Amino acid sequence: MVTDDYRIRGATGDWEVVIGLEVHAQVTSKAKLFSGASTEFGAEPNSHVSLVDAAMPGMLPVLNGECVRQAVRTGMALEAQINPWSRFDRKNYFYADLPQGYQISQLYFPIVGEGEVEIEVGEGSKSIGVERIHLEQDAGKLIHDQLPGQSLVDLNRSGVALMEIVSRPDMRSPEDAGAYVRKLRSILRYVGSCDGNMEQGSMRADVNVSVRKPGDPLGTRCEIKNVNSIRFVQAAIEFEARRQVEIIEDGGVIVQETRLFDPDRQETRSLRSKEDAHDYRYFPDPDLLPVELSEDFLAECRASLPELPDAKRRRFEDGLGVPAYNAAVLTAEVESARWFEAMLAHVGDDGAKAASNWVIGDLFGALNRIGKDIEDSPVTPAQGAALLGLIGDGTISNPLGKQVFETMIETGGDPAIIVEERGLKQTSDTGAIDAVIAGVMASNADKVADYRGGKDKLFSFFVGQVMKAMAGKANPGVVNELLKKALG
Amino acid sequence: MALITDLGIAGLREGLGKGDFSAREVALAFNGAVAAAKGLNAFLVETPELALAAADRAEAARKSGTSLPLSGIPLGIKDLFATNGVRTTAGSRILGDFVPPYESTVSAKLFAAGAGMLGKLNMDEFAMGSSNETSAFGNVLSPWRRSDGGNAPLTPGGSSGGSAAAVAAGIVPGATGTDTGGSIRQPAAFTGICGIKPTYGRCSRWGIVAFASSLDQAGPMARSVRDCAILLEAMCGYDAKDSTSLDQPVPAWEAGLSSDLKGKRVGVPREYRIDGVPAEVDLLWQRGADWLRDAGAEVVEILLPHTKYALPTYYIIAPAEASSNLARYDGVRYGVRVPAEGGLAEMYSATRAAGFGAEVKRRIMIGTYVLSAGFYDAYFTKAQKVRALIVQDFARAFEACDMIATPTAPSAAFAIGDKANDPIAMYLNDVFAVPASLAGLPAMSVPGGLDAQGLPLGLQIIGRALDEQGVLNAGLAIEERAGFTARPGAWW
Repeated sequence: MVTDDYRIRGATGDWEVVIGLEVHAQVTSKAKLFSGASTEFGAEPNSHVSLVDAAMPGMLPVLNGECVRQAVRTGMALEAQINPWSRFDRKNYFYADLPQGYQISQLYFPIVGEGEVEIEVGEGSKSIGVERIHLEQDAGKLIHDQLPGQSLVDLNRSGVALMEIVSRPDMRSPEDAGAYVRKLRSILRYVGSCDGNMEQGSMRADVNVSVRKPGDPLGTRCEIKNVNSIRFVQAAIEFEARRQVEIIEDGGVIVQETRLFDPDRQETRSLRSKEDAHDYRYFPDPDLLPVELSEDFLAECRASLPELPDAKRRRFEDGLGVPAYNAAVLTAEVESARWFEAMLAHVGDDGAKAASNWVIGDLFGALNRIGKDIEDSPVTPAQGAALLGLIGDGTISNPLGKQVFETMIETGGDPAIIVEERGLKQTSDTGAIDAVIAGVMASNADKVADYRGGKDKLFSFFVGQVMKAMAGKANPGVVNELLKKALG
Repeated sequence: MALITDLGIAGLREGLGKGDFSAREVALAFNGAVAAAKGLNAFLVETPELALAAADRAEAARKSGTSLPLSGIPLGIKDLFATNGVRTTAGSRILGDFVPPYESTVSAKLFAAGAGMLGKLNMDEFAMGSSNETSAFGNVLSPWRRSDGGNAPLTPGGSSGGSAAAVAAGIVPGATGTDTGGSIRQPAAFTGICGIKPTYGRCSRWGIVAFASSLDQAGPMARSVRDCAILLEAMCGYDAKDSTSLDQPVPAWEAGLSSDLKGKRVGVPREYRIDGVPAEVDLLWQRGADWLRDAGAEVVEILLPHTKYALPTYYIIAPAEASSNLARYDGVRYGVRVPAEGGLAEMYSATRAAGFGAEVKRRIMIGTYVLSAGFYDAYFTKAQKVRALIVQDFARAFEACDMIATPTAPSAAFAIGDKANDPIAMYLNDVFAVPASLAGLPAMSVPGGLDAQGLPLGLQIIGRALDEQGVLNAGLAIEERAGFTARPGAWW
């Protein structure tokens, strides 16, 4: 069981931290939530802007069904309540990155209701409640540093679909929050509803933090907006919790407010207090009809869901005998799991354990060294399987296998061809091995005598000499066997 | 032979078909009439070249036997419709010199059916008004004058006042209007012409500058019921670009016109008899009922118990939606920008203060208020509930009748300035029009006669959802019996 024992040590004792997250995940879709404009990242400013995105007079939103599908699939992956009837509302406020003067969102009737995310922290696991998921439009981007005294507006992101995934305040430590975001990201990437790219802003979090003495009611929370990495989420929580404890212990009160995290200074700063908070004047968007999901549509969404990380991990462990640690590592990222499963198709289920060791050991090590992700691995799953096959059937020795793998990483070549071209094939030719053994014994007559006199440890010396003389290509089993015979 | 400009759409179509005149002659005649009628202030932009270009296309089509339903018919387009390459203002300063790079679905459909454009018609700012006095470009004058010799300039009604005045003055054969809470029907009644607002969703709202999205509907304004039917057929139809568009076939309304109302029951709602309405209006209503009876209908009294709440409900919902719809006019991307010291918020304030007129500001304030925290349930939620009750009223009423006949407006046209400083009195003008808007039902105004001062009065027919045919047919029955032939003298 997890003990929620993370505490901030204050002058008056220990404080518990209560954390809830609102994760904004960009929905994977070609077009925006209510327009046909492209969602491609990194395009020239204002090159992906339709008349609707720029809020030209008389323009109307039309819901992109693919975004609805992705939100529903995400909800199903979180085992959440899917609401067959939902509705879009307008959230009204003025800002230069918001062309309509309102964001189309879902306040009153979100598309997805209660669900949960299972996280693992330390030795145990716990369940983090998900309150809701709703669909909403992203805003554009303001650029302040290009023209003095002026701000520029880029509307490429304006209208891109986001899922806002709102958790319950169920997290109690920065580790909990980190594990939650990692797990959520993993699930979204399995489902294919968000690419989870936090650097490009495809996933970002609003972090709600409050502190209390263990057992006390919830304290007043502050919301830290737009945190864009897991590391920053954790750092922001740690800082913010300490800040709140200091204020309370100094006799102050926490003011409910929105804050910003500054990663350079490792601190949070006030953005606006509750008193300055906007009155968003939410009301149902009269340009859009309610979203009604048919049984057929829901069935299609369910059928399209892939095996999710927890299920896959259990199958690897229980069904294929993959060690627990390996299974956890392999299933954490959808690409690793896919790569491993592609390799399994070649090595068969019986080879699963050995393959898992090789992938998380040799392959991950090499990829880490050359700075590549698994989806860009120079070695294909089939080649990996072929390499393990060559080692398994004795064609090459383990040490030679490592050499061949290095060449594969460098050249992307097939292991069989590398072995062939470099003449690395292991020999089990007893005649050739016997001849070498005879030579080694002849030039080390003194050691032969010592061995026969009881110095058993010298056996490995003879193995080494034989292997060296044969440039490592002798089958070690055969060498052992023949040496034992020859040395008597 | 009559002047070309004396003809309506059906008449022009017939004359063009018989070769009495060419499409070019038609365009020239109306271009000339438009140019000569500047005193009405009905047009914000004149586009004689576009009317002529369409006429040339119509001539070519006629020769090749590929004439379209509206080939050779030039129209006026209310300035709420975005027109590709032609300045569109919505009657407001805030859009500045905005020239849309797109064409509204409704105007595009009219042009695709062969129609040409004479120009853009003046209107109340963002369609908020019942007298055209809120236009940023000066009010339209009604072509009508009182017969008492007084020359007080009269309002053509609003917000489609430019459309109404232009049709009534004979400077266009037909025009587009939009109706949010009576903006087609009330000006049609004030100027002695016909106008129909179809069922909500029949006409695409794409490219029409939004006022109140859940109420806005386009519709035609013309000199006869038949002309309205012809235009309405060309304007309606499903549009995937408008999520509230109805995916329904467009019936052949003109072909289906019949003033034989045998077997039909016409409801007369008791609640529409309200205090302060001139006797002439009541009298005309009774005559209207007689005409419908004469056409074969049975007239029955019906109840619409929540009628008295319709106007307040409308004046919560429409401003609420408008306050949000008009947020996009912020000086950032198009239209007027008034720079201000300070920052973004100051620029917004300066731009919107200078760009919007008083009535638009009033409605933005009302709308912002009714949606704000602490008031939302008391106003907006309550209004939505009352709206549902009004919808229910009509549903019950239509169990007992096929259509409903009422006066269109509680009075004839009033003088410019009469109600300009009394918003409530102004809003009361739409008391009979607003319930059908809230219920999204088709409704039409047809001229019924003149009041003692020689000013037109209109009768309204409200139909079941999607029963534009029933509305048009009842309108036709009234039109045939009313014998309304009065036209204003050309003083302009």
